[in-house]
Amino acid sequence: MTLKEIIEILDATVITPLGDEELNMDIRSACSADLMSAVLYYHTPNSLLITGLTQAHVIRTAEIAGIKTIVFVLGKKPDIYSIELAEEKKISLLSTSLCMYTASGRLFQAGLPGCLYK
Amino acid sequence: MPINIDKEIEGSFQIIGGNFVNAGEASTQLKLLLSKLGVDEEIIRRTAIATFEAEMNVIIYAAAGRMHYHITQQGISIKVDDMGPGIEDIGLAMQEGYSTAPDWVREMGWGAGMGLPNMKKNSDIFKIDSVVGEGTTIEMFINFP
Ligand SMILES: Nc1ncnc2c1ncn2[C@@H]1O[C@H](COP(=O)(O)OP(=O)(O)OP(=O)(O)O)[C@@H](O)[C@H]1O
Ligand SMILES: [Mg+2]
Repeated sequence: MTLKEIIEILDATVITPLGDEELNMDIRSACSADLMSAVLYYHTPNSLLITGLTQAHVIRTAEIAGIKTIVFVLGKKPDIYSIELAEEKKISLLSTSLCMYTASGRLFQAGLPGCLYK
Repeated sequence: MPINIDKEIEGSFQIIGGNFVNAGEASTQLKLLLSKLGVDEEIIRRTAIATFEAEMNVIIYAAAGRMHYHITQQGISIKVDDMGPGIEDIGLAMQEGYSTAPDWVREMGWGAGMGLPNMKKNSDIFKIDSVVGEGTTIEMFINFP
């Protein structure tokens, strides 16, 4: 599923600037979590992270796990420091007003599977 | 793919307890260094997860600590030691889901009780040693393919 499709499905707003390369990025799976070690437990390269936390260490967790896109639920937006960090690490940030359950459900229904354990 | 390391590379990072703003900086820098050396992506990922979890534990539980790395043709060895409260029951701490993280730590996204299991899972050799009232030492080795 492309990032562009994900944005449409979630009615998401874009926080970091996205070019064609990002919009056409192929995302293979998603992981919904507010616990960072749970994120690190999955095999997540090419995955989307759906989370309600916005602090800088969420961005760092994504970088460590090879996650290129994060969507914040409940309309949350990170502070400027986290946004700058994400831009530096080439991680795309989105925000949706949906809750975690609904956001995950919509994507799953549209065919995006959950991350595998590995 | 054998990587090309003429001489062994060693270094260390200081980790300050409670410093959440820079949390992950040491692991990120080590990850960058491994990328520059051309280390296999999957090895880098495993190393990054293992070191990040160790780094976070120092930040959450200890006053201060240090991460030391040593890269050779065979692999990377990592030692993380801290000046902290130590762990009373290591067997219990190693169990998936066991955590003593207080609420404010959980609110920040830590305290799943998966850190130590993630370190063990991602390293080829994992050793933990701890003295209550003194500190904790984690040693990990990750083989290059
Ligand atoms: N460096 C340390 N110093 C003192 N206690 C520690 C240290 N590392 C781990 N512990 C103890 O072991 C427990 C389990 O650690 P582990 O990293 O597996 O989980 P966690 O830190 O609680 O949660 P998570 O890592 O999933 O965010 C901790 O809750 C803590 O009680
Ligand atoms: Mg931990």
